[in-house]
This record gives sequence, C-alpha cells and structure tokens, in this order.
Amino acid sequence: MRIDCPLCGSRDRREFYYQGAAVALARPAPDAGEAAWDDYLHLRDNPAGQTRELWHHEGGCSAWLVVTRDTVSHEISRVVLATDAREAGA
Amino acid sequence: MRFSGWRVLREGLTGNKGWTQHWRDPEPKPEYDAVIIGGGGHGLSTAYYLAKNHGMTNIAVLEKGYLGGGNVGRNTTIVRANYFLQGNSEFYSHSLKLWEGMEKDLNYNAMHSQRGLINLFHSDGQRDAFARRGNAMINQGDDAVLLDREGVRRYLPYLDFDNGRFPIYGGLLHPRGGTARHDAVAWGYARGADQRGVDLIQQCEVTGIDIENGKVRGVQTTRGPIRAKKVGIVVAGRSGQVAAMAGMRLPIESHILQAFVSEGVKPVIDHVVSFGMGHFYISQSDKGGLVFGGDLDFYASYAQRGNMPMMEHVMEAGMTLMPMIGKARVLRSWGGIMDMTPDGSPIIDKTDTEGLFIDCGWCYGGFKAVPGSGFSFAHLMATGDHHAPAAKFRLDRFRTGRGLMDEEGTGAQHNLH
Amino acid sequence: MRIAGKGLIDRSKAVTFRFDGRSYQGFQGDTVASALLANGQKLMGRSFKYHRPRGVLTAGSEEPNALVTVGRGAEADPNVRATVQEIYDGLEVRSQNAWPSLDFDVMAVNDLAAPFLGAGFYYKTFMWPAKFWEAVYEPIIRRAAGLGALSGKHDQDRYERAYAFCDLLVIGGGPTGLMAALTAARAGADVILADEDARMGGRLNAETGVIGHQPGHAWAADMVAELSAMPNVRLMTRTTVTGAYDGGMYGALERVNHHGARRANLPLETFWRIHARRSILAAGALERPVAFQNNDRPGVMTAGAVRAYLNRWGVSPGKHVTVFGNNDDAHRTARDLAAAGVHVAALIDSRADVTVEGADFPVHTGAQVCNAAGRKELEAITIRTASGEQAIQTDCLAMSGGWNPTVHLTCHMNGRPRWDAGIQAFVPMPDAVPGMVAAGACNGVFPTRACLQAGVDAAAEAIAALGMKAGAMDVPQAEDGAYAMEPLWAVPGKGRAWLDFQNDVSVKDVKQAAVENFRSVEHMKRYTTQGMATDQGKNSNVAALAILADATGRGIPETGTTTFRPPYVPVAIAAMGAGAQGKGFAPQRFTTSHQASTAMGAPMIEAGLWYRPSYFPRTGESSWRQSCDREVGHVRKTVGVCDVSTLGKIDIQGPDAAKLLDFVYTNMFSTLPVGRVRYGLMLREDGHVMDDGTTARLGEAHYVMTTTTAAAGQVMRHLEFVTQCLHPEWQVAFASVTEQWAQFAVAGPKSRELLNGLLGAEIDGESWPFMACGEVEVCGVQGRLFRISFSGEHAYEVAVPARFGASLFDLLVSRAEALGGGAYGMEALNVLRIEKGFITHSEIHGRTTAFDIGMGRMVSARKDCIGKTLAARPGLVEETREQLVGLKPVGAVRQISAGAHLFDAGAEAVRENDQGYITSVGFSPDLGHMIGLGFVRGGMAREGEVIRMVDHLRGLEADVEICHPVFLDREGERVRG
Repeated sequence: MRIDCPLCGSRDRREFYYQGAAVALARPAPDAGEAAWDDYLHLRDNPAGQTRELWHHEGGCSAWLVVTRDTVSHEISRVVLATDAREAGA
Repeated sequence: MRFSGWRVLREGLTGNKGWTQHWRDPEPKPEYDAVIIGGGGHGLSTAYYLAKNHGMTNIAVLEKGYLGGGNVGRNTTIVRANYFLQGNSEFYSHSLKLWEGMEKDLNYNAMHSQRGLINLFHSDGQRDAFARRGNAMINQGDDAVLLDREGVRRYLPYLDFDNGRFPIYGGLLHPRGGTARHDAVAWGYARGADQRGVDLIQQCEVTGIDIENGKVRGVQTTRGPIRAKKVGIVVAGRSGQVAAMAGMRLPIESHILQAFVSEGVKPVIDHVVSFGMGHFYISQSDKGGLVFGGDLDFYASYAQRGNMPMMEHVMEAGMTLMPMIGKARVLRSWGGIMDMTPDGSPIIDKTDTEGLFIDCGWCYGGFKAVPGSGFSFAHLMATGDHHAPAAKFRLDRFRTGRGLMDEEGTGAQHNLH
Repeated sequence: MRIAGKGLIDRSKAVTFRFDGRSYQGFQGDTVASALLANGQKLMGRSFKYHRPRGVLTAGSEEPNALVTVGRGAEADPNVRATVQEIYDGLEVRSQNAWPSLDFDVMAVNDLAAPFLGAGFYYKTFMWPAKFWEAVYEPIIRRAAGLGALSGKHDQDRYERAYAFCDLLVIGGGPTGLMAALTAARAGADVILADEDARMGGRLNAETGVIGHQPGHAWAADMVAELSAMPNVRLMTRTTVTGAYDGGMYGALERVNHHGARRANLPLETFWRIHARRSILAAGALERPVAFQNNDRPGVMTAGAVRAYLNRWGVSPGKHVTVFGNNDDAHRTARDLAAAGVHVAALIDSRADVTVEGADFPVHTGAQVCNAAGRKELEAITIRTASGEQAIQTDCLAMSGGWNPTVHLTCHMNGRPRWDAGIQAFVPMPDAVPGMVAAGACNGVFPTRACLQAGVDAAAEAIAALGMKAGAMDVPQAEDGAYAMEPLWAVPGKGRAWLDFQNDVSVKDVKQAAVENFRSVEHMKRYTTQGMATDQGKNSNVAALAILADATGRGIPETGTTTFRPPYVPVAIAAMGAGAQGKGFAPQRFTTSHQASTAMGAPMIEAGLWYRPSYFPRTGESSWRQSCDREVGHVRKTVGVCDVSTLGKIDIQGPDAAKLLDFVYTNMFSTLPVGRVRYGLMLREDGHVMDDGTTARLGEAHYVMTTTTAAAGQVMRHLEFVTQCLHPEWQVAFASVTEQWAQFAVAGPKSRELLNGLLGAEIDGESWPFMACGEVEVCGVQGRLFRISFSGEHAYEVAVPARFGASLFDLLVSRAEALGGGAYGMEALNVLRIEKGFITHSEIHGRTTAFDIGMGRMVSARKDCIGKTLAARPGLVEETREQLVGLKPVGAVRQISAGAHLFDAGAEAVRENDQGYITSVGFSPDLGHMIGLGFVRGGMAREGEVIRMVDHLRGLEADVEICHPVFLDREGERVRG
C-alpha cells in the first residue's frame, strides 16, 4: 500500500501511522453532551466501502492527512492535508 | 450418528458407506422462535446452547456463505484464559472450561490440545505486569506459573537467549492454554445444533431486520422473509453493516489481522509461544505447519487480506526470537476481519430494540471465546438476563465509562488493542 | 537415462552431488530431479499421510512429491523441490519423511490402514478417554506428521530484503513475457523482468517448437541478450514474484545463492518489495494430472514434465514410455520422445474422435488408463478401450489432463477467476489486480504465436497507461495450433485415484466429503485437506473441484473455487524477516554516557529502544541490592548523577505555545512565569492519563516539554494531531530535541555544591529556587539548568548539546565521587521515586485517571483540555475505583512484590474479593523496609488499614498497611532546601 502525501509524494505505507475515522477532526464542544462525545470517540460508521480517515506521515513530513480510501478494495482515491480539510470545512 | 473409534473401524471394514451428512441443508421456514444471524463459530455455538441449555429448538442460523467461513475458519487457533481484568477473567475462564468438555459434549474431536501457552517478558516492568496477570488468573481459578529465564529455557531451549534484541527475562506459563483445530469447532457445534433440530441455512444473506414499534419481528433474507420474535446478531467482521439494518451504530471499527502457516515440518514447537516485545505468537499444528501471527495491519479493512509491512514485521519478530524457524517456508497467509472496540473487549448485550440481541466486538479474542460466547449469548437471548460470566460486556460502557476492560491500556483508539 | 544430443545442459561440465549418502553425477544445468532421473532414480519421496512411494510429478516449483532436504546442520533446508534445486559440486541432498530409509519406510503401514484413515476420520475418534488426546494420540500424530525437519539450530545464513521500483514489472520470462519486456523496453520504459527459473524462456526451453527460424530456446536466448544490453531493463532470474499487494506493490523472492556452495559475500535469498506502476502477468500455465487408480506410482508424471526432462535436460524418465491425455498437447510428448529415439509403448487419448498423424507408435483413442502397477517404480499400466482392458508394460507414463492458466497472482487481491468452458480451466478476471494485465498462457491463450502477440499487446497497453507509446514490433512465426481438449478429471474405477498427491487425497475422499455434506468447496478443502499441501492445490484443485461439482450435481462455476493467497511459492521466514535476527529486530538507542556507564561495569537494560544503566557496581559489592542501596544513599545524603537524556524533549515555540500546552495538559501553563518549570499531566481524549512530565518556560513564547521515555513518540504525534487536526489556526511550532540535548540529573544535598564548580555563574537558593530554569554556561558551553527533582531531594537537571554529553557525564560523576556520591542507575532511581510516590508507566498504565492517582485537582476547572470531558464520565469518578496508595509490610513477612493482588484481611484470595494490586516495589534504605505503590478500591479513604497481599506465583503472602504514597518528606522540605 502506498499513500500519496501532498507534501512528499507517493510513499510506502510503512511511513504512515493510521489513527481512525476522520470524525476525529470534529471535536465536540465540552458541553456537547454524552451522546455527541460517544459518537466522536467510540461509535463508528465503519463502512464497507469509501471512508475518510486520518493518517499521520510520521516517518516523513509529520503531516496529518485525510485519506479517502475504500475499505474493501483498499483503493485510495484522495489525500489532503488535515489542515486543508479543516479549513475547507470538511 | 455417534462418532467413535469403533464406528471408524466398522465403517472402514465395510467400505465407509455408512457415513451420513454432518448436518442437513433445510429450506428456511417462514417463522422461527429465534433466528441467529451468522453461521460462524459464535453463531453456531449460540444455536447449540439455545437448543441444549434452553430447549429452544425451533430456531435457525442464517449464514450468507458457508458455515464456519468467517474468523473461526481463519485464525491462529489459540485457546487460553489468561486475562486479568474483571469481566474478561470470568468470561474466558468459563469459556476454557467449556472447551475442556466440548469434545465429549459434541461427540466431535476438535483436537483441543492443552499444550501450554508461554507469554515471554523482556523487562522487570513486563515481569511485574505478567505477575499481576498470572495472579489474576489464579484468583479466577485458572492456572499460571511464573518462569524465570532458566525456566523458559527448559521449556523452549530453541529461543535465542544470547543475541536477541530484547533479552528474555522469563515467561508466564498458562498450562491449560493451547490450540484446537479451528474448523472442527464450527463443524462440531453445527452438527450438535443440527442434531437438536436447529435449521442451519447456508447461502442465506440477511438483507434487512424488521422492526415494529420498537420490537423485532423478523428478518428479510435473500431466501425470503423469516419471522422471529428474537433475533441475535453474531456476525463478527460485519457487525456494523448488520447492526445498521436495525438503525444501530456500533463502537466498532473493522480491521484486518493476518496470519501465516508454514509448510509442514517435523515437531519443533510444542507450546504456544508469544513474544512480549513485538506482537508475535506461534504454535505448531498437528499437521506440522508453524501457525503464527502478529498485529493488525492497523488500517480499517474488510478485505480479508493484508499487506507486506505487517507480514514482514511478523517474520522479523520470529527471527529475533527463535531464529531456528528461518528455513521454514511460509505456505499461506490469510486475513480475518476483527471487530475492534474502543477497549479491546467484546459486547454481548440487548439492544434498544426489544427481542434484538447482539454479540460482537471480539477483537483478537474471538476464537477461544466460541463456546463461552455462545453459552452466554444463548442465556441472554433465552432468558433476557445477562449470564454472569459475560455480564460486563455491555454496549453502553463506553458512554458511561463503567466497566471498561482495556487490557492493553491503549485507550479509545479502536486499532490499538 | 540420458539421451544423446538433447538438452540445454553443459555436458562438458560434470557435477557430482550426493543423494541419501550416495554419489551421483549430473551436468551443469541439471536440477536434482533431472540428474536423479538421468541416473534412473525414480523414487524421490514419500507422501504425507500414507507414506506411499513417490517419484517426481512435475518439472517446476509446483512439485508435490520430490521434496528433499538440502545441506546439514544449521544449513539444513527442508522441503526443497528437487525440481528447482540446481546441482553443484558438493551438494548434499537427503530424502525426508521416511524412516529408516526412503526405500523402506516403516510408516508405509499407514497405507494398509487407509480404510480407517479416510477424509476427516480424526474428527470422529480419539475422543476417549479425554486425557489421551494430549498424552497419547496427539503425540503419535505429530510425530508422524510434518515433511522435512528443521535443524533446530539458529539460522546462520544471510538473507536480505530490498526495494525495487519500475514502470513495468513483467512476471514470467516465457515467450509472452520476453515479448512484453522487449516491447516496453524499446519504448523506453523502466522494466523488470522476473522469472522463477535459472534460465529465461519458460516452456520454450522444454519444447522443440521453432520461433522464426530457430529453436524456441535459441530465440529466447537472443531476446535475453538484447534485453540485458538495455540500460532500462533489469532481468531477475531465479526470482519468483510471490504476491500482489495494494498500490502496485509486489513481493518477490530471489534465490541468490542456492545453486552453488555458500559464498560469504552473497545472501542466500533476497526478498524484494517491488513497486511497479504497471505489471504484466505472463506466468504461463500448469499441466494437470488425471486421476486414476494408482496414478501416483513413481514414473507417472505430467506429460509436459516428461518433455521438459527430455528437451531441456536430455533425460528420458523411462525406457518404455506411455502417454495418456485428453488433449492434442499430450501428443507432442509421444512425438518428441519418438523423435529422440525413446520407445513409446503407447499413446492413449481419452477422446474417441481424434486422429494422430504420423505416429510411429501404438495409438489408442477413446481409451483410458485405469490402473498402474509397480510399487516403487511404475511397471505397467492397464488401459480400458472399447474392446476391454489390457496391460501395457511401461516404466514411465506421461499424463495430461489439460492445462491450468497460472492465475494465482490475479487472485491475491480477492479477485475470483472466471471459468472458461472452452479450455475447461479458470482464467483471470480482468483488472483483478489494479494495474496488472494477464497475457499469454496464464490468460488462457496457449499457442506460441498468440502468446508472442499477447506479450506485445499487453506491453503496449500497459505503457500507454503510463503515457508511453510502443513502437511497431515484428512478431515472429511460431506454432499456432488450436488447443483442443475434452475434460477428463478422473477415470472411473474402484481403487484409490489420487488428486492431491502430497496430502494423499483421493477422488473417494472428495466424494465422501460431499456425502457428509461438506459440499461447499471450502468445506471440502478443509475436511479432506485437498489443496492444503505445499503446492497449495496447483496440481489438483481444479480436478477436485470438478469431482465435487459432479458429486453435488452442480457445474464447476457454481461450485466455485477456493482462494489463492500469497505467497505463490512458499517463502522462508528468514527471507521475509531478513536483518531482524539478533539485535537487528529494532533500532538501539544509546545515550552519550553509554560508554562511560559500561566502562564502570553497569549492566545496561532496555528502556524502550534505549539502553540505561541498571546500577553501578563497586568493588566489594556482591549484589545489585548493595549497589542500589548505596546509590540511593548518595542521593539522600550527598549527591548522585543520573543520565535522563532518554526522556522525550520537545521544543515548543510560537505565540500560541501556551494555548497548546493549556489544551494538552490538565493544568495551566499559560500562567507559568518565564524561568519556571511546572509538572504537567496529560490525558488521552478518553479521560485516562497518557503521560506526565515537566515543562519549562524559557521565554514568553518558548517552552521545553519533557515526556516519559516510553511515550515520547506518542506525545509528539499527539501534539501534531492537536495542532494540525483540531487547531490549525494556532501559531505554534515544535520539534523533538530528545537527541539534541544530553541531560543529567544531579540530585542530593550536595547537588548545588557540585554544580557550582562547573557553572559560569554561581547559583544559590534565591537565584535558582525550586522549579526555576534557565540558560547557563556549563564549563564554557551554553546549557540549560532546571531545578526539578524526581527523587524528592534538592536536585537539578543540567542539559548540554549532545556532543558534550559524554564529557559532562564524566565530569559530573568524578565531582560527585569527590563529594562522597556517585552515579546512580535505574534501580536506585526507582527506589527514590517510589519513596516519594512519583509515578511511572507502571502506575499510569493506560487504565488510570487523574482521579485514580490522586491528581484529580490538577484538572483545571478554568479551561477545556484534551480528555477533560470524558474523564468526567460517571464510571471514571466512582469512589470505588482503584486508587493509588502506598503499601508497606506490617506483619512477619517483610517481603512485598509487584504483581501481587490485595484482599481484605481474612478474605479468600479469589477474583470476587480482589481489592487491588501492587505496581511497584523497592527496598527503602532510609526506612529499612520494603515499600510499594499500588491501587486499592477506594484506597485513598483506607489509609492505615491492614490488608492482605497474595502473590500466588511467587508463593508469597504478607500483611501490608495502606499508607500515603509519599513515604519520605511528605512536606517537601528537602526538595526546597
């Protein structure tokens, strides 16, 4: 598996750390309530198909990336910097 | 038909013409008292115990593929009861006891072999952590022995004691730990359930769950609708998709776990051995293949196949720990889909829908849990009450923070357990 | 026997090797199999279950029978395919899985018991009495099972792993692959052509066909010559592509040094990770046997293998050869043999309406071979024709049930092959592996001319996708006949007809499985072990499937197929794990004081990837405890020095640095004055403690954070996550400076005295009060000084750029010794911190909250921070949670142990009564007894209570008193002194 880091180019998966669903970008407010926090940290759509997830180019430029990937075929269709994803309101 | 050595002998002398099917292939009925979604190890054992312990025989197991085709057919076959947190301890202890009587109970040789499991440790801190674990096992009534370096050497003389990157300080021996012939466990439960009248329906995929007024009414399948007042979801690896049919979102992310088997070689590894400084565990099958595995590939996946980085990492761990396996050749690799939960422990619980139950989230631990999970889930489905050994496997524990069972201590990141 | 004038071996180079102790001669270019056949040795192995005598079946890596062990001692390499192993002078080969000898194998009695050992018999017996499974049955089964034996010795051979990158990976160097490689290479693509064989050419080396105006093998040699002259082409022989993975990654095994004596400068094998932008699978096809009674007799082999031995190695495996097939291809075997002067006893074609032209040997059409005679060597076959059965004397039967395209790699990413009724075989689904095109025989295209064209077309397509254009290619003339066959899987009959040769799975076994309702192909496989041998069903799966389909009344496509998974051929663990043996498994990190510490005799212990000194023994000390007690005394009474450089150090700068720290720590750092240090507690978002450490404020917008040794990487990642994923708007930057700074703790009442000789300006209690920090000059070097303490004593940590670390350590230690102190190691450090109730990851093990460790009040109410919300979940603040306490022995037993559990006095030591556990223990020289930290249910309110400690594992029980976790100087006077 290879990931096309927007800063470094195509790199082997070994350079990257996977965290989980990109929902981690949308941290609820402290008073958002139990359900919102449960959604944020525990519950997952966990689709068999396209998903957006967070990877960290730990062995490279240290960028956190939002990777759009298919969990069945493992095909990666889009990689953007997490900072850009946030600024775009995604 | 009862299996026995005599039967094998008699059939052998008469041309093996008397063997009959291990289970029927019935057509689905329009209605059952209960339906189990998922014909894997857990689903089959649930059906078996529903019939055996609770007299519920008008039930069906619906399997979209073939019986035992999920993780029970693709794992490293390790059976153990070496957990240390309340909730897990009693559950796996109960499950191991069921293993010990299973073959007699099922009249099926699942080749459960209590060859002993040794968890190695490589620092003083790890020793203390394993001591805590071993003491918890004994507190639970299970067995554990703390071995020092020389003790390990007596059991496992082939380890690299002198050059390894992480020296071997000792090991925690779990004498009743071992392995089993994984497929046979599924088949044994399938046959046992079938003999008690359970309909095992293969090639029958559930496409919807019918719910009215907060109560489950049945399921839609590729072979037509089936009514049932009780429905159990037991579909590790697909839990999220099936639960979604009932409008549920689960605390689960699906991950791939690879495993490997080598070509057959003469016996060299008698025990189950696990390395403490890199996720690596190995045993040798009765056929002679070295069966081993390691960590998740670490990315969400439903692919039942992995990639080279983790494969190589597993081989690396093997080479630093026991370089005598270097010339064993890896024959086959495969992948199972793990329901990873935020604390690494499973879920056996009711849902918000009356009559709908769920058994999922087994992470790495599913195979050894097959008997215990079925036993406890059957209890819950039949009686509506949690079975004591599985009473802590609640769906809401992440929301409330009550009774979290994070054995790895890695926290609410699904893939870290 | 050798056939004069045939073969691609070098007859001028005789090679001597040993098989089972006997010396044999062959020629350069021979494999063990070809050389043994040339010497008339047909028996080469024993089957797995029944130990039936077996000869070679194939001429390739798919060989199921002729598995041998090469070499001795630690070099012993089991399960080597005799068909792949090239011979060289001094090669030593042994047969395996036979005792006492290959010729006379006692375990062959299993064959007599075969009626009782059919498919799945073991699931039905060995259950009584229960204890007998582990004690009796299983040990017998295990001893009988297995093929070759590992040496049991540490592998001494060198293996390597490497990466390669290319535009196009061509898998297979037969006619298709060679044409594909040349097409792409001429267009300028960067090409890797990998072939399993020592010699490129594939089937061309095994056939007599002509390409253009020359023999096929000569054409292949010319192609190889042209390709090797091109700078953009890498030819990799003896290299099997073993797996196809995501993103254009391929695994490949190169057998670098198996074809000669060990050479020190070469690895035995190299495992390649190849990234290819595109690939062409040109892996050819594998011939399948036909199942009939006793079709496993040595001398029965595939027809293609017979041609390979004849044409490539100049060997006829028999003197009177018979040929049996269901397709035209088999006829070639008879013709080639006859042309080479070998007696062809008969050609048997199962098809009725077929004519064999120009045959100068007996031909039986519409006939079948229904039995074979001869135990260790084929002697005769029985054929069944319209006119009845007849025996034919023969010592070699060449059989062909047709060809299976080698589709395996196309299935590695879950692609399922498609059934092609025309050739009665599975062919690849297009795009099953992204970027891979299957071409030629592996795609179901068998005529040579069509393969050549397919190679050109596939290459043109592949490089077009990369924006390159293939030039016009001349496709030479070659054999272009249609492949005609009629399915024949198993000849009807009574006896055992073998499918999976190695695992001894017969047609009956498959049918039996179906009767017992193992009707799914996966069930049948798992129940009978069909296809689970070392060839992974390459020789037998399709036939077994056909028989299952027939037995269950389904067609083959509906029956489906099992999954092919990597690796294509088995790969040594040592190859895929190359470099990890011994210390190579993980990097080693050394502090700047490492050499000095080892010179002082300190045992170095692992701390994550780092090494740290355990203790520094002195003359006269005979145990670690003596040294440890003395070192603790140094710190408590004079001064001690300890390298703390392994702690993570993160330099954080920017106008929003304070915001970041306030957000990741539970307590406030924006309020920390410049020149001061503060202890901070960091939570995970789930409310449990992630890490702790001190952070110093060196400037208004400049902090230096320390982490624990273990969590340095995790914390760094966490900070990156917070600043990139949650608050990219913050103006803050940070970098790990762990390795840039060497840092030493100088602790004890004389610490200031020690330092004052080294610092540019003297310090005192006023200029450097507790928790002060700042820049200092250390022996003329710009450094940093922090007045912090992990021992509870008046202490400092002094940091200098790492290049000065070694000399500063020497200086600090010598000065400490002059003051009556010295260096201290991890053991003393541990005692010192337990005495003060300071926690490490033994306590913050991932399941504890700030509340549990008595730091609930450190969670600031004035701000949000990571973990704050979920730390307030009801389950995380219950008073009954296990809370951090101190523990000390109060009864007759003075010992306490980490890992022990705690119970109320008088309560039985069972899980239901568990009150907690001990995490850390040490002997306090000051207090004169052991002390410990641990967790007890509601422990904070139970100070003074005596409870029972039980350590079953070490046979230890003791009464211990719950006490405050700070054992010494609870008021903290010393640290401020």
